[in-house]
Amino acid sequence: MPNRFSEFGGQYVPETLMNALIELEEAYDRLKGDAGFQAELARLYAEYAGRPSLLYFAEKMTKDLGGARVYLKREDLNHTGSHKINNVLGQALLAKKMGKTRLIAETGAGQHGVAAATAAALFGMECEVFMGAEDARRQALNVYRMELLGTKVTAVRSGTATLKDAVSEALRRWTAESGTTHYLIGSVMGPHPFPTIVRDFQKIIGEEAKRQILAAEGKLPAAVIACVGGGSNAIGAFYDFIGDEGVRLIGAEAAGRGVDTPHHAATLTKGRLGIFHGMKSYFLQDADGQIAPVYSISAGLDYPGIGPEHAHLHKTGRAEYYPVTDGEAVAAFEYLARTEGIICAIESAHAVAQALKITPETSREDSVIICLSGRGDKDVAEIAAIKERGASK
Amino acid sequence: MNRIDEKFKALAEAGKKAFIAFITSGDPSLEDTARFARVLEENGVDILELGVPFSDPVAEGPTIAAASERALRGGVKTDDIFKMAEALRQTTDMPILFMLYINSIYAYGKEKFFENCAAAGVDGVIVPDLPFEEKDEIEGDAEKHGLYSIRLIAPTSRERAGKIAEGARGFIYAVSVAGVTGVRREFNTDFAGFSAGIKEKAAVPAAVGFGIKDAATAKELAAYFDGVIIGSAFVDLIGRHGADAGGGIAELARSVRRALDRQ
Repeated sequence: MPNRFSEFGGQYVPETLMNALIELEEAYDRLKGDAGFQAELARLYAEYAGRPSLLYFAEKMTKDLGGARVYLKREDLNHTGSHKINNVLGQALLAKKMGKTRLIAETGAGQHGVAAATAAALFGMECEVFMGAEDARRQALNVYRMELLGTKVTAVRSGTATLKDAVSEALRRWTAESGTTHYLIGSVMGPHPFPTIVRDFQKIIGEEAKRQILAAEGKLPAAVIACVGGGSNAIGAFYDFIGDEGVRLIGAEAAGRGVDTPHHAATLTKGRLGIFHGMKSYFLQDADGQIAPVYSISAGLDYPGIGPEHAHLHKTGRAEYYPVTDGEAVAAFEYLARTEGIICAIESAHAVAQALKITPETSREDSVIICLSGRGDKDVAEIAAIKERGASK
Repeated sequence: MNRIDEKFKALAEAGKKAFIAFITSGDPSLEDTARFARVLEENGVDILELGVPFSDPVAEGPTIAAASERALRGGVKTDDIFKMAEALRQTTDMPILFMLYINSIYAYGKEKFFENCAAAGVDGVIVPDLPFEEKDEIEGDAEKHGLYSIRLIAPTSRERAGKIAEGARGFIYAVSVAGVTGVRREFNTDFAGFSAGIKEKAAVPAAVGFGIKDAATAKELAAYFDGVIIGSAFVDLIGRHGADAGGGIAELARSVRRALDRQ
């Protein structure tokens, strides 16, 4: 399988890991066409994860915005509460077939960590999740969830003690134990073949959404909108629509306190081409190539790079990416709760915010799909605290 | 002739093993790095590896990662490291290599980077996150300016070792263990088999690194290779003693040199 998306991607890892990547690619190449593997995964998606996820017509939101009919792809209703389960079930099954006994994973907010811990429990595998010490403090409840599922959570104190450092630490650990361990990477990033494998396990989002929207509307949507950190829910939602040229693919990246401040994670808006974490892509970095500390209210979008396939879609213009600030995301989080009775993840709220901006200008004859990548229980306390601080100012 | 080739040739003629030392540039300051480099040479080091600090060094264990953080906190820039290397070159013929991550070269501009390396008298680079499959990213630019991009081979390379060794220039960096840099209590690598797999195809010498903590370990591993590379043990001394690490560095270098010469 191709190891790049035009110039983006590749395998920039220590030699020690190369055979592990080659074995992974060979195993995946063999199993992706294997009917038994696919049937097992389909059964897990249906019976364990709760797929297909709903495509919900947001009638009140549609009326309020006065443009295209708004649909929400409800990945938040999956088991473990986000799209992350799609990828972990696929990769854990793959790892099991490869004879690996142990899983390691990185996590930011903890959604991928919880999903990985869940898959490890289900498949009877040992699991260790690396989490930035700062993130572990902010998301203590998710740390407990992972521990409850039998996973060891290792706090990473190096660097900025956030998601990028958790990825670095997981890569280091994998370098030492790739014989027995599978690195269950959480997004469409890292060295080949991870961006392709993770995309393949997430593309079910867009495939279902396409069937569902055609059934509901009889035609393709005008746009598919998703939030982008590493980019796994976005690529999952976009992938089946890439060939449908009339469908706009819109990614919302985290602008934090604003792209003109140093406090954001808007990789495509402000990043430069570079090579990091195994891939050539766009990264937020200084003139010397030092990876920049990034910031977003959303720990899941708080990453200084972006998956190579998004870099490709950005460069070719097939997908559009826009920055969404913390303030806009919080407003969208509240808007969706009050309008539709859905509390979404603060990550997903970035996509909702972008939809709020563009939907009023779309035709009432059209539809738009927002990928609601996760549910927002994990964010409620943090947002309440932010509102309280704001009110006391 | 590249200084690396000259040095290995001279060592082979003298029947000696190569002693390669690594320290991080700018830890604790560039003046200290230049001073430590001279101490290393005076105490028996043949080849110097200068680390270019990176924000996220994924191939490093905690010791060298911490050195990178210290250097970056001190504000060291790639251009300052070029200046330091150039000044060092005025006083020594010892081969000097940069050990750095691919993004540091990429962000600087590949062409300009190797041009500046040549101007500063740097003889090669070691890029731990650039495997054989991605070597074309820099090998051409490096050789155009007379520098070698040193290839790494690990115990996990297995059947890959031959193709990596073939066509390697300067020397081969044999990684002693599956893992990151840092001193080890013990190794479980079959060094005889590992070294034979490399030497079968390589036209250049092989030096072993990662995890070598002292003279005894250096001597043990040198039996299988043409040289040894010691990094974390020196960096640990610098981490503990800062600018005052010179005495400890001299002592460790001397003891390793003595052990290697007593093969």
